[in-house]
Amino acid sequence: MPKKLIKGNEAIALAAVKAGVDAFFGYPITPQNEVPEYLSKYLPEAGKVFLQAESEVAAINMVYGAAGAGKRVMTSSSSVGIALKQEGISYIAGAELPCLIVSVMRGGPGLGGIQPSQADYYQATRGGGNGDYHLLVIAPESIQETVDYIKEGFDMADQYRNPVMILVDGLIGQMMESVDLDKPVPLRDKISKPWATTGTVNHSGRNVVSSLFLDPQSLEAHNLHLKSKYDLMRTNEVRFELINMETPDYVIVAYGTTARIARSSIEMLKEVGINVGMIRPITVWPFPKKAFDLIPSSCKGILVAEMSLGQMVDDVEIANKGRFEVAFYGRTGGIVIDPTEIRDAIINFKKWVRD
Amino acid sequence: MIRYEKTAGLTDKKTHYCPGCTHGILHKIVAEVMVELGILDKAVGIASVGCSVYSYEYFNCDMQQAPHGRACATATGVKRVLPDNVVFTYQGDGDLASIGIAETIHAANRGENITVIFANNATYGMTGGQMAPTTLIGQKTTTSQSGRDPHTQGYPIKVSEMFQHLKGVAYVERVALTGAQNVNKVKKSIKKAFQYQLEGKGFTMIEVLSTCPVNWGMSPYDAMQWVTEKMVPEFPLGVYKDVGKDD
Repeated sequence: MPKKLIKGNEAIALAAVKAGVDAFFGYPITPQNEVPEYLSKYLPEAGKVFLQAESEVAAINMVYGAAGAGKRVMTSSSSVGIALKQEGISYIAGAELPCLIVSVMRGGPGLGGIQPSQADYYQATRGGGNGDYHLLVIAPESIQETVDYIKEGFDMADQYRNPVMILVDGLIGQMMESVDLDKPVPLRDKISKPWATTGTVNHSGRNVVSSLFLDPQSLEAHNLHLKSKYDLMRTNEVRFELINMETPDYVIVAYGTTARIARSSIEMLKEVGINVGMIRPITVWPFPKKAFDLIPSSCKGILVAEMSLGQMVDDVEIANKGRFEVAFYGRTGGIVIDPTEIRDAIINFKKWVRD
Repeated sequence: MIRYEKTAGLTDKKTHYCPGCTHGILHKIVAEVMVELGILDKAVGIASVGCSVYSYEYFNCDMQQAPHGRACATATGVKRVLPDNVVFTYQGDGDLASIGIAETIHAANRGENITVIFANNATYGMTGGQMAPTTLIGQKTTTSQSGRDPHTQGYPIKVSEMFQHLKGVAYVERVALTGAQNVNKVKKSIKKAFQYQLEGKGFTMIEVLSTCPVNWGMSPYDAMQWVTEKMVPEFPLGVYKDVGKDD
C-alpha cells in the first residue's frame, strides 16, 4: 500500500479499525479527541460499536463489560482521564480481560496543560490502580510504529488476557507523518475466548468474570497466576532499539518523542567529535533491563532524557546496576525538548549527574 | 400434585445472606422469571459491590462482577456488543444511588436495553450498616448515630421518582417484599421488565424495598413491619413510568 500523510490520532483510529476492533468506549479529552471523533464515524458504518460514555470511569467499565463478553475492545484518553480509568484498569487486569488502552500524554499534575509530555511514565508502568498487576506498555516513537503496535497490541492483549497500553504523547497524537497502514505486523496465534460471558447457550458451563477472592489463599494463588503471565511477558515481549552502540563515549536513554529528538542530538554530537549511542526502550513495561548489559565498559556515562522531571530514570538506575554514572535531563509542563538541549547536556554531562 | 422445587435459575451454592434478609427472596424471583421466560441461557448478569457482590455465584447464568457503582456501565458494554443477549444488573442502594448514580442515570437516559434490579434497604449492609443515600430521616446507622439529619446529611434519594422523567426509561416500578401479595407483585414487575427488554423497549428498573434485619437491629418480622410503616410512606409503591401502557 502507498504511504499516506496522516495525523497521529487519526492513524490510531484507523489502525484500530484495521486490527478489527469491535467496540470503542471513551470520553473527550485533549489531545486525543480525534481518536473518538474518527471512530464515531468509522465504527457504526462498519456495524461496530462506538459509544461516548458519560465519564472516563464509565468508559473503562464499558470496556470491562464488552471485553468480558469476548469482544475486541479499546479506549483512549489522556493523563487526567487515564487517572480516572485506573479503577477499571485494575479490575480488568484482575479479571484477566484483554483490551487496548491508548494514553496520549499531556502535562500534569492535576488539570496541568494540554501540550505534549511524558510525565505519566509512572502512571503507565507503576499503575495508578490498586493491587499487584502490570500493563504491557508500549511506547512508540513515530506514527508508523504506533500503528504497528496498535495492530499487534490487540493480539498481545488476547494472548495474555491482560490490558495493553500504547503510551504516546500529544506530539505523536497531533503531528502528521507518512504512514503505511497496511504494513504487516508479526502474526500471533488466533486466540479463542471460551471464558467470555456470551450466555450459557453458547458454551458449556457457566462463565463468570470477576476479580474477587475473599479467601487470602485463593487470592495469593490468583496473584501468583497473574505473576506467571507477567514473567512470560518479561521473557517474550521486551522490545528495544540500540543505536550506535559499538563504542559510544556516552549512551542516551530515551523513549517516544524524546528518542526521536535525541537522534538529531546524536548527529550534532558527531560533528563535535563525541560518539554517542542510544538505548530506546519500546516496551517500558517490561523494561528492557538486558539492553544495559550491552553497554561497553568504555562508556563514560548514561544520560536519561525525558519530557518529565525524571521518571524512567528510576528504571535506568535499576538496570544500570551502578556500572556507569547516570545523568538526567528533562523538560516538562508541555515543553518539547530541543535537540541542542540534549547535545549540551552530553557536553556538560557532569552538571546533570544524579546524586 | 403440586411439588415445590428449587428453580433452575439458581445454582446449588449456599448463599452468604444473613437470616431474614430479603435478598434470598429477590434472587429466587429473578431466577424464576428467567426460567419462565426461557432466557436463562442467554442471560448475562452483572453483580455489583455490596451484599449482593456474590450474586454471580448464585444466579445460574453467565455473570460479571462490576466495580462499585459501575454495574450499569458494565452492562452497557455487554449489551452493546451482545444485543441479542438478555442483560441485567443486581444492585443495592449504595451501589446504584450513591457511588453509581451517574452510571445509572446515563444508562437510563441512553435507553440502554437492560434491566436493573435495585434492592433498596436504606443502609450499607455489607460494610456494617452505614448511612445510605436512601436512609430515612431520623434513621440511626453506624455513621448517623443520632439519626439522619437532613441539614447535614441530606435527604433520602427517591430513585424511581427521578428516573420516571428520563426519556430513555421504558418502565420503572417500586415494589416491596412485604407479604405474599406484594411478593407476587415483585415477580410480576420483574417479569414485565425482562419482557420489555426482549421487546427492545429500553431501560427498565424495578426498585425493590428490602429488609436488613441485622443492621437495622430488628427481628425479620419487625423489619418487614418497618418497611410497611416507615419505608413505604417515604418511598411510595407503584408504577412510575410504563411506556407499554400507551401501546
